[in-house]
Amino acid sequence: MTLHVVETGPLVTVQDRGRVGLAHLGVPRAGALDAPAAALANRLVGNDPTAAVLEVLLGGLSARADAGCWVAVTGAPSPLLVAGEARGHAHAEWVPAGATITLLRPETGARSYLAVAGGIAVDPVLGSRSTDTLAWVGPPRVEVGAVLPVGPSYGEPRPLDTPRTPRPGPLRVTPGPRADWFVDGALDVLCGSPYVVEADSNRVGLRLDGPPLERRGADELASEGMVLGAVQVPPSGRPVVFLADHPPTGGYPVIGVVDADDLWQCAQLRPGETVRFSRRPAPPDPGSATH
Amino acid sequence: MDPRSVRLRPVGRTAALVEVGDAATAFALATWARSAGVDAVEVVPAAETVLFDGVADPGALAAALEGWSPAAAPVAGEPVEVPVTYDGPDLDFVAEAWGTDRDGVVAHHTGVEYVAEFCGFAPGFSYLAGLPADLAVPRLASPRARIPAGSVGLAGAWCGIYPTASPGGWRLLGRTDVTLWDQTREQPALLPPGTRVTFVVA
Repeated sequence: MTLHVVETGPLVTVQDRGRVGLAHLGVPRAGALDAPAAALANRLVGNDPTAAVLEVLLGGLSARADAGCWVAVTGAPSPLLVAGEARGHAHAEWVPAGATITLLRPETGARSYLAVAGGIAVDPVLGSRSTDTLAWVGPPRVEVGAVLPVGPSYGEPRPLDTPRTPRPGPLRVTPGPRADWFVDGALDVLCGSPYVVEADSNRVGLRLDGPPLERRGADELASEGMVLGAVQVPPSGRPVVFLADHPPTGGYPVIGVVDADDLWQCAQLRPGETVRFSRRPAPPDPGSATH
Repeated sequence: MDPRSVRLRPVGRTAALVEVGDAATAFALATWARSAGVDAVEVVPAAETVLFDGVADPGALAAALEGWSPAAAPVAGEPVEVPVTYDGPDLDFVAEAWGTDRDGVVAHHTGVEYVAEFCGFAPGFSYLAGLPADLAVPRLASPRARIPAGSVGLAGAWCGIYPTASPGGWRLLGRTDVTLWDQTREQPALLPPGTRVTFVVA
């Protein structure tokens, strides 16, 4: 079966769990920004966890299914309409053949996930169906007129699942590899005040405004590998939390690293909203290898 | 730095950055780590470090790296020849910096075997080492808004080729028609880390 895309909002992309093992070639990992929400949508329709879903930023998606199928919407609570009728959030819903699925703009949150039983079956690129919005590796963004193939359904949807209890909290951050590039107490500054989400935040990074984080010196850092959740600090002192489409290497020091378990929250923050950090103890020093 | 030891810095709970001091050693360590099957989802060499990301037990990484010696020569990669049309906008700047003329720049640039030491900036963009340090040139003070795909440039003593059109501040010597990045190829990057590169006049 196929989905025929009739309307899109600000950004609709195909996402799965991302592309691994290619950072050394300069390829971002990509993958669903709110990974637990995408995983839940797949479980609800009976999909394998590796199935691809649609990530829908701020609603606005409308698509016609040419065959009957189960769907589920999770993440930001975009109201779901099937053939014009309101249906449930985080719940498997049946779509009759020929009916149109519509995701309206959510009142809270930013990114919703639409899973279809069988998964979005666009051709994988380098082992993943995810679209990376930094270098545009992977399938193109979903535009009006796109015809998206859907794979064979795995079986019946799960009758019940427990949606993740939304428990947003401070982003837990451990001191990063270059915490020593900052003045004493810089991590306490980061964890001591709310930071405001800037309008140019995207899948690459959550850009934040708040008390600047001051460096010890003006040395330039040689470009080095970056991880998901890295809190990178450019010369402005305003932190950027690296999200799924982050560049694999970067030249600004990383003061801290946000716990992977907390990153889903970054997917759901809107510009102007605030975020707080809380400090976790430094991981054990792995030491050095001697020869 | 003590040549007999490498420092590990934790990066969150599942990654560590290993400081080795230069790109050639970083490349050598990354190559060794892949062949030795060191437990990591991503092994990312860069200018002075190697990032091991997706490591189940960062505490065990230091022990795993005991098997590597910084003195071991890196494995030589595949040779690739890149034809270049030397008509870049910065040829005269580079000629003056090198105390030669345009032909002298071409002779210097084609007379060196480069090694792709790491990728970054964009998929398929390789940092090519080989130019002697005294031929290093500064980047443009303000980057050009758009550099065409295939442009061959210099920054410091690095040489690089832009895989796709993008903004950039490298000093441009010329351009090539080779495809540096093709995501439909099994090996999408033409010049993955380790590749030996020579430039020839197109």
